[in-house]
Amino acid sequence: MTDPTANLRDASLTKSILAEVRRITTQPWNIMEICGGQTHAIMQYGLDQLLPPEITLIHGPGCPVCVTSLQAIEQGLQIASRPDVIFTTFGDMLRVPGNQADLFTARSRGADVRVVYSPLDSLKIANANPDKQVVFFAIGFETTAPTIASTILTASRNGIKNFSILPANVLVPPAMHAILSNPANRVQGFLAAGHVCAVMGYHEYLPIAEQYQIPIVVTGFEPVDLATGLLVTVQQLEAGQHEVTNAYPRFVTREGNQVAQKIISQVFEPVDRQWRGIGTIPLSGLGLRPGYASFNALSRFELDQTPLYESPLCIAGKVLSGIAKPIDCPAFGKECTPARPLGAPMVSSEGACAAYYRYHRIPG
Amino acid sequence: MKQSNIPALEGPTCPLPIADRGQIVLGHGSGGQMTHDLVRDVFQSRLANPILNAANDAANIIDAPPGKRLVVSTDAHIVSPLFFAGGDIGRLAVCGTVNDVAMLGAEPRFLTATFILEEGFSIQELELIVDSFAEACREAGVELIAADTKVTEKGKSDKLFINTTGFGWADSNLQIGGEQAKPGDAVIISGPVGNHGIAVAEARGNLGFSSQVRSDIAPLNHLVKALLEAGLDVHVLRDPTRGGLATTLVEIARQSQVNIRLEEENIPIDKPVRKTCELLGLDPLYMANEGKLILILPGDQTDEALRLMHITRYGEAAKVIGQVLEPSKGQVWLQTPFGTTRVLEMLAGEMLPRIC
Repeated sequence: MTDPTANLRDASLTKSILAEVRRITTQPWNIMEICGGQTHAIMQYGLDQLLPPEITLIHGPGCPVCVTSLQAIEQGLQIASRPDVIFTTFGDMLRVPGNQADLFTARSRGADVRVVYSPLDSLKIANANPDKQVVFFAIGFETTAPTIASTILTASRNGIKNFSILPANVLVPPAMHAILSNPANRVQGFLAAGHVCAVMGYHEYLPIAEQYQIPIVVTGFEPVDLATGLLVTVQQLEAGQHEVTNAYPRFVTREGNQVAQKIISQVFEPVDRQWRGIGTIPLSGLGLRPGYASFNALSRFELDQTPLYESPLCIAGKVLSGIAKPIDCPAFGKECTPARPLGAPMVSSEGACAAYYRYHRIPG
Repeated sequence: MKQSNIPALEGPTCPLPIADRGQIVLGHGSGGQMTHDLVRDVFQSRLANPILNAANDAANIIDAPPGKRLVVSTDAHIVSPLFFAGGDIGRLAVCGTVNDVAMLGAEPRFLTATFILEEGFSIQELELIVDSFAEACREAGVELIAADTKVTEKGKSDKLFINTTGFGWADSNLQIGGEQAKPGDAVIISGPVGNHGIAVAEARGNLGFSSQVRSDIAPLNHLVKALLEAGLDVHVLRDPTRGGLATTLVEIARQSQVNIRLEEENIPIDKPVRKTCELLGLDPLYMANEGKLILILPGDQTDEALRLMHITRYGEAAKVIGQVLEPSKGQVWLQTPFGTTRVLEMLAGEMLPRIC
């Protein structure tokens, strides 16, 4: 079998697409890739080094670990520390700093924190440990929401009583509204996250492109995909257009995966949600619908209100909303490194600061 | 049929001690008969040699011959699970220490070992592990000359920990070490990287699918010997274990105060390792290896080094992956196939799979 990704990583094809970007660019443009996976790929392959100097890439808030609120992390730490709880989470969350501790610290103090690859694994753990409460940290964008929703449906159908979630899922379109309506906004074009669109389709972006007069290009994650997405965005910017274009038709349709959307809306409803470093964005999160409210861990456990403390050195909020680059932060690479992160973007491989630290420090 | 007249021996009887159990009990650590039986049946039967057979509390080791110096390394092995595709803790405990001794250019000769056993551990599994330990000793050509067993209460350790110390002899005038990389040197890797890390992650049930990847655990001392006997001017030998190729090269660059440039396209990575890493958001350059070495030597000796490695076991897939550049603070640059460059850093902490 041939490797289907092989020609999507073709160096000469990628370079020739980016050469075309250079050829048609006549003035400076700021383009935001929303998704942290795209930031990571751009840095890993060094594609930003191949762009003309006029093009500035702004790294968006699309890293689920980074935007999970400090309050949710503190709640997670409290729940995880209970002796009657097995706390399950995606691996990335373990190193995200709360006020003082992270989940690694909680684990070293005796908390039962387990990394799972799918929320469904939490149900297996719940079945194997009937005397424990199993709580899954439900983070992520529209991409993790369908499996989390179907996990809850399964738990509900099978009457699994010792499973719940700490709900922290967030949605992309409200964040785009928040960025574009900020007076300090510099973003002139978007690369929309391909896998979010694979679930949700791209019809949600049509009114955004219209309202803010901004091109939005659905883009994948391989070098050829990213180069193509950039080319289409620059073509539109140079021509003064503001369309939603699908540059990832291998996986994305206008309407998206309607089965997945139905499962999400069966279990969840939009709620206001806090984004770390950005603030509360109206209707930007997924909360449990009343029929599934019993699966909300926050209603199962009495939690203390802890005051929330963010490092004053960290400028994560500005980085996540595209106002500053990681290297603009005075703590970058000094007080703040992946080994000792002050803010969440330095933790996850999808975080802009971590991607910069790993891939972008200039040789010399 | 006639009923037997012998009465059934039921009711209170005198409890004889059970001599033959399927698992480790605290009595195996008592120092008494059970300890002796365990040592004789499980260890001495598999690892016999005159020094070990003398069964003294210490071993006399032979002095280093004239012109040679003694090289020592020690390493504790606590891998979980104990068995994984391509190896087990027994093979790991031998190869890990043998390789550390060999990386100074020494010929490993002797090992000592401590086996820390948890109460309840299966003796059958222990026998399999000691078999594998003994097989690895034979392959590496080293003798176990002193050993100890201890038993902890259940829950105070985890099944089996093995500490090994290795002794070897190196030519007194050899200068091999992480601080010896020099501008103009070539960087060679003895084969594809990342296999051990993936094999252990899979054995832990962390993948959720079968990757078909096997650990690369192997003793590398014969490969080292072949290079040194040919008279090559070896500057650095290092086995990129935890932290992987990238972390080890950053260590070398900093120790030697030079920059190192790697060509990403030339770094050998088996396809299943690459695919598994991509799926989980892991980087094969940071995955552990247990049977690979980094060789750094003058650029004009690469052809001869590669020729020798390609005909020696565990070096068949050796490749030149980069070169040592000018003196500096010590950075490792990766040249991508896109003509772009990125800097490799040390692994920050535990490798974490990403979310989507």
